[in-house]
Parts: sequence; structure tokens; C-alpha cells
Amino acid sequence: MKESYSKQSGMTLIVKVITRLTVGLILLYGIYIALHGHLSPGGGFAGGVIIVLSFIHLMLAFGREEAFRRISKRFVSLFEGLGGLLFLIIAILGYKAGYFFYDWIIFKGKPFSLFSAGTIPLSYSAIGLKVAFGLFAIFLALITLKFKVKK
Amino acid sequence: MLMLDILIIFMIIGALIALEVKDLLSSVVAVGTAGLALSVSFLLLKAPDLALTQLVVEILILVILIRATIKKDLPFSTTGRWFFNTTATFVFLAIFLYIGYEALRDLPKFGQPLMRVAQFYLKEGWMKTGAANLVASVVLNFRAYDTLGEVTVLFAAVVGVLAVMRHKGRKEIGEPEDEGEL
Repeated sequence: MKESYSKQSGMTLIVKVITRLTVGLILLYGIYIALHGHLSPGGGFAGGVIIVLSFIHLMLAFGREEAFRRISKRFVSLFEGLGGLLFLIIAILGYKAGYFFYDWIIFKGKPFSLFSAGTIPLSYSAIGLKVAFGLFAIFLALITLKFKVKK
Repeated sequence: MLMLDILIIFMIIGALIALEVKDLLSSVVAVGTAGLALSVSFLLLKAPDLALTQLVVEILILVILIRATIKKDLPFSTTGRWFFNTTATFVFLAIFLYIGYEALRDLPKFGQPLMRVAQFYLKEGWMKTGAANLVASVVLNFRAYDTLGEVTVLFAAVVGVLAVMRHKGRKEIGEPEDEGEL
């Protein structure tokens, strides 16, 4: 980590230290919101946006190169497709019991516990993955790619 | 379903006219008719919220397209024939206000909604899905198709932004190869 401080990419030392402390908590909070969508307000979309805010936090504080060393572009595109595919697979598995989007988990669980409500937590985590990496791809495109002005 | 077939044929004809016609304003109007027919067909398929969204978005897109395609003012500007223009404007304004008054009189009072469908969700959603958050049971169980559509819209947005902002494949003929960022 010493070398990245001396390179002076990104913001100052204070911002970097605070970011190292808080970025994990923000990421964890986003995952919590996405997983508890069936119990409390929030859900996959809100949780995914919080997750992507933690990525953006990392990127603004440490600079582009440092962030790309931790989260590669291939990783982003892979997980964005994976989230959408997981949601579709959960929907298609409903054909096992009847029709599209059928709640194929018969075990409903105790109310107010994490493992309850059938397929809703699974779908919400898939949507959270999709929203987080999709919005992060948009952010990457908007800040790292530039329009080539035609001369 | 005869109405639906007629509407689909109408939409296809509108799209063909929009592709083939030379005048840009006529093309935009043809696109608008296709979108309006799509909205009516959503209404026939018993999806009124989708029909409303389609109508509003179509109007917005038409306004943007008309502003984008026509640089000059519209040909029917206010120069000359001002008496006819003003009279027509007020007549149409009165007709629209009357129709709006008649249509809005049948709405339920503020704060007293008609609970025909929502009543069932509120009563049975807890028992049928086991989700403590009622919104989650509606979004991902009763109305999961809407959520699938939203995810598809997000995917289309990402693909569109990446296609507009990309480096690769955007060079002139004969331009040397340079490394793109993404």
C-alpha cells in the first residue's frame, strides 16, 4: 500500500485512510439491504445502488488505476450478465411447478426470518447483482471513455 | 382479438411509412401513430398502466424527435392568418377542457381509492408468499413480469451507453489502430 500513497493518484492520504475504513461497511450495508428485501424496506434495486456507491467511492478516492486493479472490467461485465441470467433462471425454474415465475420453493419458512418467502430473496439478490454491476458499467463508461471529437 | 390484429397491421403500415417517406416531419408523425396503436393494444390486453406509460413516453419521444429533426420553426407559424389560428386554438382548448372535465368527474375522491385488485394483495399477500415486506411480495411475486421488464430496461440502457461511448469501431477509414479503453 505504501507505493500507492507515494504515487499520488486519487485524493489525499486522509481520504484514502477513511475510505479504507468505510468502503467495506458500505458494501456490507448494500448486501444487507438486498438480502433483506422481503423483510424490510429496500430490496434489490436500492441495495444494488448502495453497492455501486461503494465501488464509486473506492474509485474516486484511489484513482482509476488502483480501482481497476481490484475490480477489472471483465469482472464487471461478467457479473452484470450473471445477475440478469440468474433472475431469468429463477423465473424459468417455476416451470417445474407450473408456470413462469411460479414460486417453486414450497418451504415458506417462519415469517420475519431470513430464509422465508420462497424465491423472493434469491430474486432480489440476483437483481442487486445486476443493478450494481450494470450501473457501475455505466459509470465506468461515462468517466473513463471520452467522445472523440471529429476534426 | 380482431381489434388487436387490425392494430398490429396499422402499426406495421405506420412503421413502413416512417421508414420510406422522405420528409422528416412525416416520418416522425408516422412513428407516433405506431406508438399510439401500441398503447391502444396494451389497453385491449388489459394492461392499463403499461398503456399509460407507453402513451406518455411516446409523447415525450415525439417532442424530442420533432425538436431534433426540425431545426427551423414549424411551417404553420403565426405569420398571416392570425385570426383563424387564434380562433382554432381557443376552440380546441375549450374542447379539451370540456373532455377533461367530463373524464375527471368519474375519478374516485382523493384519499378514497378503489381497492379492487389491491385489496386482494393486501389481504392474501402475506399468506400466499410469506414475505413480511408486502412490496416485495407484489414486486417479485404478483407482478414479477414488471420486474423482469425493468431489469431488461436497465440492461438495454447499459448496452446503449457502452455503444455510444465506445472507442473501438469508431475510427475513420484509413485511421491507424489505437488501443481503446473498453
